[in-house]
Amino acid sequence: MAEATLTSNRLKGLGGTLAKQGILIAFIVFMIGFALFSEKFLTSGNVMTVIRQAAIVGVMAIGVTVVVIGGNLDLSVGSMLSFSTVLVVDLHDKIGPGEAIAVMLVATLVLGALNGFLIGYLRLNSLIVTLGMLSAIQGLTLIYTGGQNVDISHQDTTWFAVFGRGQVFGLPVPILIFAVVAVIVHVVLAYTPYGRRVYAVGGNPMAAVFSGIRRNRVVACSYLISAFCTGIAAVILGSRVMGSQNNVGQGYELLVLAAVILGGTSLLGGSGSVLKTVIGVLILGFIQNGLLLLGYAYYVQWLVTWVVIILAVWLDVAAKRGRLFSPIA
Amino acid sequence: MNAFDTALRVQGIVKTFPAVRALDDVSFDVRPGEVHALLGENGAGKSTLMKVLAGMHRPDQGRIFISEEPAILHSPLEAKRLGVVLIHQELSLAEQMSVAENIFLGELPRKNFGMVDWKKLYADAEAILQRLNCDFGPQTRVEDLSIAKKQMVEIARALTVEAKAVIFDEPTASLTDQEKEVLFDVIRDLQAQGVGIVYISHRMEEIFRISNRISVLRDGTYRGTLETVDTNEDEVTRLMIGRSLDTSRGGKVVSTGPVVLKVENLSCGDLFENVSFSVQAGEVLGFYGLVGAGRTAIAEALFGLRRLSQGKVVLNGQEITITSPRHAVEQGLALVPESRKEQGLVLGMSCRDNMTLPQIGNLTTGPFVSNGGEIAIFDRYRDLLSIKTPGWRQLVGNLSGGNQQKIVIGKWLAMRPKVLIVDEPTRGIDVGSKAEIHNLLRELAADGYAVIVISSEMPEILSVSDRIIAMYRGEITREFTADEVTEDNLVQAISGLS
Ligand SMILES: Nc1ncnc2c1ncn2[C@@H]1O[C@H](COP(=O)(O)OP(=O)(O)OP(=O)(O)O)[C@@H](O)[C@H]1O
Ligand SMILES: [Mg+2]
Repeated sequence: MAEATLTSNRLKGLGGTLAKQGILIAFIVFMIGFALFSEKFLTSGNVMTVIRQAAIVGVMAIGVTVVVIGGNLDLSVGSMLSFSTVLVVDLHDKIGPGEAIAVMLVATLVLGALNGFLIGYLRLNSLIVTLGMLSAIQGLTLIYTGGQNVDISHQDTTWFAVFGRGQVFGLPVPILIFAVVAVIVHVVLAYTPYGRRVYAVGGNPMAAVFSGIRRNRVVACSYLISAFCTGIAAVILGSRVMGSQNNVGQGYELLVLAAVILGGTSLLGGSGSVLKTVIGVLILGFIQNGLLLLGYAYYVQWLVTWVVIILAVWLDVAAKRGRLFSPIA
Repeated sequence: MNAFDTALRVQGIVKTFPAVRALDDVSFDVRPGEVHALLGENGAGKSTLMKVLAGMHRPDQGRIFISEEPAILHSPLEAKRLGVVLIHQELSLAEQMSVAENIFLGELPRKNFGMVDWKKLYADAEAILQRLNCDFGPQTRVEDLSIAKKQMVEIARALTVEAKAVIFDEPTASLTDQEKEVLFDVIRDLQAQGVGIVYISHRMEEIFRISNRISVLRDGTYRGTLETVDTNEDEVTRLMIGRSLDTSRGGKVVSTGPVVLKVENLSCGDLFENVSFSVQAGEVLGFYGLVGAGRTAIAEALFGLRRLSQGKVVLNGQEITITSPRHAVEQGLALVPESRKEQGLVLGMSCRDNMTLPQIGNLTTGPFVSNGGEIAIFDRYRDLLSIKTPGWRQLVGNLSGGNQQKIVIGKWLAMRPKVLIVDEPTRGIDVGSKAEIHNLLRELAADGYAVIVISSEMPEILSVSDRIIAMYRGEITREFTADEVTEDNLVQAISGLS
C-alpha cells in the first residue's frame, strides 16, 4: 500500500538508523569478518581481483537496473551472455576481432529488441517473456555451435586480449570498462529525459502515459540497453577466457538480479540507481571472494548470498516502514 | 447525557515529518451521536490528524482517548477493534480482490480449520452494500468499479464493526449527488446509533447541512470550534484562511477569438455518440452532466487515449487524427485527468519531476535535463498555485491531497497548451484555492487559451464557464450561453428531461 510506504520516512533510535543503512552495514560487517579471518582479504591485490571478477556481473547488472527501474525484469541476460560470448569468440578467427565484436553487438541488440518488442509493444509479462528467452537463446547458442566449444587460436597476438586481460594506467581493463559503463548509464538515468521517463514508467505507467510518455518505447529501449551491456560483458568474458563453453552464462541472470536487489533497487519499479547496483555488485563479489579465501566450496556462496539478500531486503523494507517488525503492510 | 461525554478525544497532538510540522499541539473531540466537521486549507493537517486517530501515524506527543479510555494505537486494525474507523481520502483498496474481501479485509469470517467462510462473507457484504444502495454485487472485482463506486466500498468498510467513531476524509469528492444522499442517510443512521462522526470536506454547503460542530485547523494548529447553528460560511472561511473570500468572478467576456478546436459527429463505442462542439480561443467551455454521461470519455478520446469509431477533429483549421497522448501533447492539447493518484501523478517522484514530466524532452541543454530550467518552472507554478511543500524534492506522495491536485494542474499549465481540458479540476481543493483556480482558468481564457472544464459541481460550472454543454447518457442534450443558463434548466438537461 503506497500510503504505508510513504508515511514514515522518519525513524527514531538505533533500530531505525541500522535499518536505514542496512545494506551498507551488512557489507561492513562482512568485510570486517572476512578481514579478521583472512589476512589476504583486504590487500589491494585481492580487492583488485574481486572488482575485476565482478566486472562482468557488474556491467550486466547496470543494464538490468534500467529494466528493473522501468518496472520489468530481465532473466534472459544469462543465456544472452553465453550466446554473445560464443559468437564473438567464434567469429574472432573467422572475420577478425573488430568485425566479430561489431557483429556480436548487433546480434545481441536484435535479441534485446525482441525482448523489447514483446514486453514493450505487445505488453507481455516480462517474467514470462525473458524466462522463455532464457531457454530459447540457450537453444539458439547450441544450434549455432552444434554443441562444440569454441576458442581463439592466436591468443597471444590478438589485440582482443586487452578487454579481459589488459591493463591501462595500472588498472585492469575490465574494471575500467565497468566504471565507464556505470558512469554512462548513471548519467543517462539521472540527467537525461530518457532516464526521467524510465522512472516515471516504472513508478506509475498509467500516469506516464497520461503525461505523453511513449511507454512502449521507453520499455523497449530499456531492453536494448540491457542487451548492449550484456554484449559488452561478453567481450570481457570472451577476451579473458579466449574461448567459450556453450553455457558460460548459466546462472548469471540470478547473480545479476541478486546484485540489483542487494543494492536496493526495488523490483516494483520506479526507484533505484546505478550507484546502488554498483554497491550490490561489490558486496556480492566480496562475499564470494571472502568465502573462497576461507576455503568454502562455491556452492556455499549461493546459500550465503541468499541469506544476505533476504537480510538486505528485510532491512530495506523495515526502513521504509519505520520498524523492524510490522503488523501492517 | 451518555455514559461518556466524548466518543473520541485527542489532547496536545504533535506530529512532524521531515521539514514539516504537520500538527502542532492539536486538541479535538467528538461526542457520541454528533457530526463534527473538520475544516482547513490544503495541507492544514486534517488527514494527518485523522491518520493519528486511526493508528496509521504515531504522534510525537499527545494523548488519545476512546470513550474516555486512554488508547495507544499501533495499527489501523487495532484502532478499528477499539471502534475507530477511518475512511480514507485517497482510496486504499486492494484492486485485484472482490468487493466483499475488501470490505472485510483483515477480518474475513472463518470456518473450521481457519478456512474463509465465503458464504457468510458474501452474505454479510451483500447486506452492507444494500444498506448503501449499491448496484454492484459483493463478488465484483474492485478494479472494475468506477471511482465513485470504489468510494462506496471504502465507506462500506466502516460499517463492519461496532464503531464508536467513524471518520470520513473527503468522502464526497467523487460521489454523484444521489450517492451523496445515500451517504448522508448512512451518516444519520450512525448518528442515531450514538456513533461520533468526524467529517472532513471542502464543501461548505455539505458541512452546514450535516454537521453539529465545526473545528478549524490552520497550518497544523487548532483554531477553534464553533457550533454550526451559530456561525456562517464567512466566519468559518476567515478562521480557515485568515481573510474573507472574494468570489466575484471576472466579467463574462463574449469570446471573439478564432475557433481553436472543433469536433464533429464524434462517436466512441457506447460511451458517446454524435458529439459536436467547438471551443474558441478566449473562452471557457463547461461540460456538465452526471458521472458516466460520457464527459471524461470525450476528453480521453481527444487526448488520444481512446479510439474514435467515427468523427472529425479540427484543430486550428487543420483536421487531425490524434493517435496517442504523446501526439495530443505535441498538438498542443493538455488534459488534467480526473484521478490524480492513478492518472495524474507518479507518487514516488518529486514535486518538481512530476511537474515537468510532460515537457522533459524539451527542457534540455544538450542531451541533459536542465536543472535550472526545471526549478524555474516548478517555482513559477508553485507560487502561482500556492502549492504547499517544503521544497521541490519532496515526494508528491507526501503532499496533502489538495496540493497533489495542484501539482497536476501546474504540470499541464506549464505546457502552455492551446487547448486545456480539465476534468474535475478542484476535486479536494480548499475553498480559497478553489476560487484561485477558477480565477486562473478565467485568466487563461482571457490570455487566449481555449479551456474546457468538466465538472460535476454545479456552482463550479456556473462560475467558470462562458458556455455550458449538458450531456446525458453519451449525448449532448443542450448548449447554453452563460446568460441563458439557470440551475433548473441545467438540471433538466442533464437528466434527459428537456
Ligand atoms: N508522510 C508524509 N511525509 C511528509 N510530509 C507529510 C506526510 N504526510 C503529510 N505531510 C505533510 O503534512 C502536512 C499536512 O498534510 P495533510 O495531508 O494532513 O493535510 P490536509 O489538511 O488533509 O490537506 P488536504 O485538504 O489537501 O487533504 C502537509 O504539509 C503535508 O505535506
Ligand atoms: Mg487531506
